[in-house]
Amino acid sequence: MSEVLVLVDHVDGEVKKPTLELLAIAKRLGEPSAVFIGGAEEAAAAGARLTAFGAEKIYVVDDAEIRGYLVAPKAEALQQLVEKTSPAAVLIVSGFEGKEIAGRLAIKIGSGLITDAVDVQEGPVTTQSVFAGNFTVTAKVTKGTPIITVKPNSATPEESGGAGTVEEFSATISEGAKTAQIVASQPRQASGRPELNEAAIVVSGGRGTGGNFEPIEGLADALGAAVGASRAAVDSGWIPHNFQIGQTGKTVSPQLYIANGISGAIQHRAGMQTSKTIVAVNKDEEAPIFELVDFGVVGDLHTVLPAATEQINKRKG
Amino acid sequence: MNIVVCVKYVPDATGDRQFESDNTVDRVGVDGLLSELDEYAVEQALQIKEKAGDDTETVVTALCVGPEKAVDAVRKALQMGADRGIHVVDDAIAGSDAVATSLVLARAVEKAGGETRVDLVVCGMASTDASMSVVPAMLAERLGLPQVTFASVIETQGDQVRVKRDGDSATEVIGATMPLVLSVTDQTGEARYPSFKGIMAAKKKPLDTWSLSDLGVDAGQVGLSVAWSEVQDTTARPPRTAGEIVKDEDGSGATALAEFLAAKKFI
Ligand SMILES: Cc1cc2nc3c(=O)[nH]c(=O)nc-3n(C[C@H](O)[C@H](O)[C@H](O)COP(=O)(O)OP(=O)(O)OC[C@H]3O[C@@H](n4cnc5c(N)ncnc54)[C@H](O)[C@@H]3O)c2cc1C
Repeated sequence: MSEVLVLVDHVDGEVKKPTLELLAIAKRLGEPSAVFIGGAEEAAAAGARLTAFGAEKIYVVDDAEIRGYLVAPKAEALQQLVEKTSPAAVLIVSGFEGKEIAGRLAIKIGSGLITDAVDVQEGPVTTQSVFAGNFTVTAKVTKGTPIITVKPNSATPEESGGAGTVEEFSATISEGAKTAQIVASQPRQASGRPELNEAAIVVSGGRGTGGNFEPIEGLADALGAAVGASRAAVDSGWIPHNFQIGQTGKTVSPQLYIANGISGAIQHRAGMQTSKTIVAVNKDEEAPIFELVDFGVVGDLHTVLPAATEQINKRKG
Repeated sequence: MNIVVCVKYVPDATGDRQFESDNTVDRVGVDGLLSELDEYAVEQALQIKEKAGDDTETVVTALCVGPEKAVDAVRKALQMGADRGIHVVDDAIAGSDAVATSLVLARAVEKAGGETRVDLVVCGMASTDASMSVVPAMLAERLGLPQVTFASVIETQGDQVRVKRDGDSATEVIGATMPLVLSVTDQTGEARYPSFKGIMAAKKKPLDTWSLSDLGVDAGQVGLSVAWSEVQDTTARPPRTAGEIVKDEDGSGATALAEFLAAKKFI
């Protein structure tokens, strides 16, 4: 069986959940090989987790020389690994960086690329959700080694246990790849709430909050949910951009999405329309968001949410 | 300074977007426009030009690859203030994937530079139709240039570029030296509307139309038949079944909401 390369997404050796999802997908297509780009100590920390979730091999690419440069060196390292292993596919987490690595890799190795898959099955045949979630598309790469970027939450991690054989791989990085420099980097502060694109429940607020996100946060905490926002709320400076949901923010697909004081513009829908259950609280009964909902309350979020939160907390006992 | 802004002509997102029988995006049946996310790119290019000052003789060229009607995207960029337009149009291009599109764009950027180099290629963060976000990185790869992408704040000083990038897990400052490929997000600030004066002036600005042969690109390298990926099937999402909507009266809304969440086992 051919190897399937999975580029590991990690912060200081802490492997993110979407990578474990990719390992589960890789198993459907061949033998999962994790590609870990980072330091030796970090690799050691990540190894156990990658092995537990099915990595048969772990290629460790030391990043001492390339740390501090944007994207291009990682694409070069992957290119060399593809040449060495002739994999059945390369899987990368869909994010800014993942998609850019994938794009460069596609040109380098002359292979087709599919981005933002929400499912990958044998073939590999991918499923994507397009036009703000209005269409579902299945597609296949027809040339070279399929390169597929996969959205978080597209598979369930499986603790299947792999061999986890570690192999050092020394990539040769060109000077040309070291031209866009990361001058400074400030890791995002943990909010204490679930991460937006991993959360089972998302409670979001828009212009209708008037800048007061307390009712949103209160409900989110009662439900163990992540907090999200519309672009109007972000543009107003009420909440940082990394909370934005929609076309130019994050795409989420949780079990439950509760939109509060959000009208439901097409660009917002693009980021939440595939949620399983959708609830909205909006004082305008004509708001387009109500076309999407399973349940809606026409009312003022500043009174409805605190009261609902209180009842939820009571029910939880 | 020589700046090229890549602009895409896309179906209006607020219209009824559809697929053709060959599974390509219907670009004829729906009204099209300059991708809103590329307006931010045009805006930033113009701001960089304004900051550089008149004496630098900075030229902003709007470049679009797309069907006949796509010339509208170039016109809009000219109306906003770009100095010169290039429309690459060729029947063979229809149905091209990002890989082929980036090839045509790369050759066009090279030709647009002519004798002088292109210092800055500016792109939007994604298209509003396919929204793959990969063309800027592919362009950088093909042109052998640094990529400074997903910029939300941009600073230029001489040939130095520094941007803020809201990355996946960190906020970063990225720096590089021109020439380079820059992509900008919708956080960079509102794009200007064409003024009446701008609309009138645009009519007199140079607008070139190039074909693949002008670029030395073989028709066999682009188009649907040689795309490196293939759509097998497209399905419209079934409309969501109408949900239950209640009016809040004296707290009834909160109770109904809590009950709904409990019934669905979210509590
Ligand atoms: C290129 C482009 C990209 C974009 N990307 C995104 C994106 O990624 N994400 C995104 O969200 N938007 C995006 N937008 C913006 C989008 O078009 C809308 O402008 C935005 O989503 C509106 O946010 P909103 O619903 O919070 O505000 P509004 O549309 O102003 O709606 C506010 C809603 O709150 C309700 N309300 C007011 N007061 C109360 C109250 N007290 N209680 C209950 N309800 C109340 C009102 O009835 C109204 O329905 C984008 C736009 C463009 C052009």
